Amino acid sequence: MGKTIAEKILSHKSGQDAYANDIVVADLDFVMGQDGTSGLAIRAFEDMQAKKVFDPSRIAMVIDHSAPSPLQGVSALHKQMRDFAAQQGIYLYDIGDGVCHQLLPEQGHVVPGDLVIGADSHTCTYGAINVFSTGVGSTDLAAGLVSGKLWFKVPETFKFVLNGKLPAGVYSKDLILYLIGDVSADGATYMAAEYTGEAVDDLSVEARFTMSNMAIEMGAKVGLMRADQKTIDWVQAHSKRVIQAVESDEDARYARIKEYDVSSLEPQVAKPHTVDNVSPITEVVGTPIQQGLIGTCTNGRLEDLRIAASILKGKKIHKDNRLIIAPSSRQVFIQAIREGLIETFVQAGAAVVTPGCGPCVGTHNGVPSDGENVISTANRNFKGRMGNPNAFIYLGSPATVAASVLKGEISDPREHIE
Amino acid sequence: MDLQGRAHKFGDDVNTDYIISGRYKFKTLDMKELARHVMEDLDPDFYSKVNKGDFIVAGRNFGCGSSREQAPLAIINADIGAVIAKSFARIFYRNCINTGLPLIECDTDQIDPGDELKVDLEGGVLYNLSKEIEIPITPLPPVMLKILSDGGLVEHFKKYGGFNFE
Ligand code: SF4
Repeated sequence: MGKTIAEKILSHKSGQDAYANDIVVADLDFVMGQDGTSGLAIRAFEDMQAKKVFDPSRIAMVIDHSAPSPLQGVSALHKQMRDFAAQQGIYLYDIGDGVCHQLLPEQGHVVPGDLVIGADSHTCTYGAINVFSTGVGSTDLAAGLVSGKLWFKVPETFKFVLNGKLPAGVYSKDLILYLIGDVSADGATYMAAEYTGEAVDDLSVEARFTMSNMAIEMGAKVGLMRADQKTIDWVQAHSKRVIQAVESDEDARYARIKEYDVSSLEPQVAKPHTVDNVSPITEVVGTPIQQGLIGTCTNGRLEDLRIAASILKGKKIHKDNRLIIAPSSRQVFIQAIREGLIETFVQAGAAVVTPGCGPCVGTHNGVPSDGENVISTANRNFKGRMGNPNAFIYLGSPATVAASVLKGEISDPREHIE
Repeated sequence: MDLQGRAHKFGDDVNTDYIISGRYKFKTLDMKELARHVMEDLDPDFYSKVNKGDFIVAGRNFGCGSSREQAPLAIINADIGAVIAKSFARIFYRNCINTGLPLIECDTDQIDPGDELKVDLEGGVLYNLSKEIEIPITPLPPVMLKILSDGGLVEHFKKYGGFNFE
């Protein structure tokens, strides 16, 4: 019987002929922790009475969520990570290096065919380059640090077939928001999402990351894509590691298959307070906005900044609005400076913050006030997500956020597209 | 292992930000302190209402959102005996097994706020004592039972030095 991408990777890595619902113990190619989860993982590592990590060259800790540190307690956690990294010889990415999910592919740590865990729910991001990568908690992370292995239930696969071409002004973010709205926040729980079809093939690798990043918002364990020539070229430009790309077999078995035609899709917006509360933009145009955020592991890449800058160039944001820009990594930041994008943002009235998570998770850098509306390129709009349970978060594409802060209300980015 | 306590009821899609907000989780590794803020954004008085052994009862997709292990740890440290829901989000589920918080999957429509409940984990039954009914619960897969019975993943590793499901 044929296999899905998920079944193939978990079979390779466990040495078992594995199919959906089997439980396997498999070898990990890379293991990652960030500053919200590594503290507990280091504690669990010590509680397991472990002395050495399984392989320092396959482990990174990233200080991105609350960076630079806004509080004494956080500073202690950061120090603990730095000390652990120095002692074990693992990779450490410090403040300003970027968001973990940008860094792992960008720094060449993960390549097609890999099995990767990260103690962060959006670890599913690298599925876009054919990596079986999934989020785990701190104790699983500790088990990975110690043994280089983890147990997995092989997921069933939910295949999304996306036909047609996306219209101008409509992006991969709109597409993934639409899918989440359609299948709901638990529509793919425990499953692997697999995105296929012409619309996916047409996307750049950067745009594909956005779709895999948000697989977790429909409950999926991973958001997989096949590796086409674009993927291979992108990965080879970032990594020297050997690539073992896998494709689903023709006769692979899927738990669900849904087909969509994307050619008349409108920009989409997720409304407070759930990611699956999605509307076409035309239904929310005019909603007042006080703050915009462009950044995060979902949409803080160079392509996103270029799109936003093309709308903001030579203009000023609305006088009652704030705009925060958080480039997803140091490399992205440097390139954005070279291309003049950062100047465009600052001239337009934006505040540019340290590459990393920025205000995404409410630890610092832009906590909204009571009753305020925020429009963000992030992946979550849960109540309290940005640090204030009395604020309201809308999610959209970088183009939608840029168009909205110009007017001070949710606005259709297609007005800015020729 | 028998568990008994009162039901505190919540709806569908209770996410990890509600269980313990990102505002607090970065501040400290002191789980007793975090426990004071459990479910705070959904019910500001929740912590003060809970008695030892009480249950969080919810609808579908409990624990969706981030991978923070502070979520089950804060629940354990608030002295909640178990979480009972129609279904759980995947990472939260793993984290509970790894940290030793029992999870009970069953039809929670037959439980109202304040109901007195008793759970027989091995027997696979939940008794709603207030309503005098029995509700069947979904059994845990063997790998998870093994980790839970070892007292969580840390203990499992201490015992075997790695994974051992033989
Ligand atoms: S940018 Fe936001 S969603 Fe992404 S890893 Fe950071 S906190 Fe999580």
